[in-house]
Amino acid sequence: MSPLDFLLEPLGYDFMLRALATSVTAAIVCAVLSCWLVLIGWSLMGDAVSHAVLPGVVLAYVVGAPFALGAIVFGFLAVGLIGVVRNTSRIKEDAAIGIVFTTLFALGIVLISVIPSQTDLNHIIFGNLLGVSWADLAQVIILGVVTLGVLLAKRRDFTLYAFDATHAHAIGLNPKVLGATLLGLLALTSVVALQAVGVVLVVALLIIPGATAYLLTDRFSRMLVIAPVLSALAAVTGLYLSYYLDTASGGMIVLVNGVVFALVYLFSPRHGVIGKRINSQRRRRMLAAS
Amino acid sequence: MNGGGDTSQQRGGGAAASAPAISVQNVTVNYGTVRALENVTFSLAAGRVCGLIGMNGSGKSTLFKAITGMLRPDHGSVTINGGSPALARKAGVVGYVPQSEEVDWAFPISVRDVVMMGRYGHMGFSRRPKSADRAAVAEALERVELTDLADRQIGQLSGGQKKRAFVARGIAQGATILLLDEPFAGVDKRSEATITTLLRQLAADGATVLVSTHDLNALPKLADDAILLMRTVLLQSTPTEVLKPQNLARAFGLDVSRAGDDE
Repeated sequence: MSPLDFLLEPLGYDFMLRALATSVTAAIVCAVLSCWLVLIGWSLMGDAVSHAVLPGVVLAYVVGAPFALGAIVFGFLAVGLIGVVRNTSRIKEDAAIGIVFTTLFALGIVLISVIPSQTDLNHIIFGNLLGVSWADLAQVIILGVVTLGVLLAKRRDFTLYAFDATHAHAIGLNPKVLGATLLGLLALTSVVALQAVGVVLVVALLIIPGATAYLLTDRFSRMLVIAPVLSALAAVTGLYLSYYLDTASGGMIVLVNGVVFALVYLFSPRHGVIGKRINSQRRRRMLAAS
Repeated sequence: MNGGGDTSQQRGGGAAASAPAISVQNVTVNYGTVRALENVTFSLAAGRVCGLIGMNGSGKSTLFKAITGMLRPDHGSVTINGGSPALARKAGVVGYVPQSEEVDWAFPISVRDVVMMGRYGHMGFSRRPKSADRAAVAEALERVELTDLADRQIGQLSGGQKKRAFVARGIAQGATILLLDEPFAGVDKRSEATITTLLRQLAADGATVLVSTHDLNALPKLADDAILLMRTVLLQSTPTEVLKPQNLARAFGLDVSRAGDDE
């Protein structure tokens, strides 16, 4: 089999084309959002919201409403409940997050178990990349484009919010609105990504690409390019590997992301554990030679 | 020209007739059951540097938050140039230099980009910089002598340079009210002198500068006025008066009967 055949053969199937389009869209949107999440320190919040949307999506399915609507309602409900538990009791934030999102996630699982046509809904939990319909793909692309559009149009405001919310407030912007917008986009993104990798693994796409890019550059504008490019490549690689190795596609995509992170963690020239050392040795040798 | 002068008493501010630049009236702030500020009242005239003196936990940072409006007082009110803080914020009048601990120094952002954030209030929906914004940023960087370091990541500056970068942000913003929370903490003496000169020049140009500081020795060189804070204003006067041992003793809790009877 020639390398070209290796790449082209899976594309002969419609379901693989849809899977590829879905996973690349999800990978890009998640990766762009992840750049802010890792800098604000919202990784755990990403974990919480992406899990907590489950009952919202299930209920939306039951009443025939758009998944995105249910996700946003339950995303904000989760954030609100976390705030209430943290502010009105002696429970610390990490515990509040853990309590709220696992309870909402459990509610989703219970709802799935009592609602007929379980097969469809179980796919929400683990993803069903190979079973994505054209309608699913259309929804993913519309939500993806809207989310990405808002993120990129307001990227400078979000970066200011992440870096110095007090200054944002002092110059007349509203940090609360900016934070809430990011959380709403987080809920929307979860809907996009759960088609690809499932609710359980969405958080991987929401953290790993941003963290990887953060180890590669000191410029936020470059992070916004590096993260989605690496994430899209990881999605394509993971999907091909899962096709040829006959493994779970969502799991494979996340695994590739993890491996890429590990390589960058070790060998990034500026911030890698080994790369930093090699770089400074090379500089010392050059100094000695001159 | 009174920037960089040596004694504090003869330096005067303009704007005596108009509304004070900052006016804080009977401000009380509670965090749950803890009272952070009680009945704080003072006002500052334009064109002057005021030092804010008090020990840790005396409410200095809370007072800054109340002035920027980040925090709504439980009682009392703050006015800036005679109007509401919200109006002043919209007008881009208020510049804030955060405490070092509040800043993520590993954030992937250059010095120039930090200063550019001062311009966001002047920009459109997507905050795309125009040539006027770039010029204002270049000028501000020049003024704080960071032009050569503008493309460095913000964390790669020295302590004093970091502070100057944030002051430059306020300059680029065109802020006439500058609030600095502990700008001299972790800053070497030379940088402290540079920043002091810079703040005096900004005040000479008409800005109102409120600086919280622990460095009592440098206070007379820095400030025209000083406020002694211990959850409430114990004293507002000249630096020399505020630095008298009996006054400092009250602010730093040596006089137990006074420091403890707030509740």
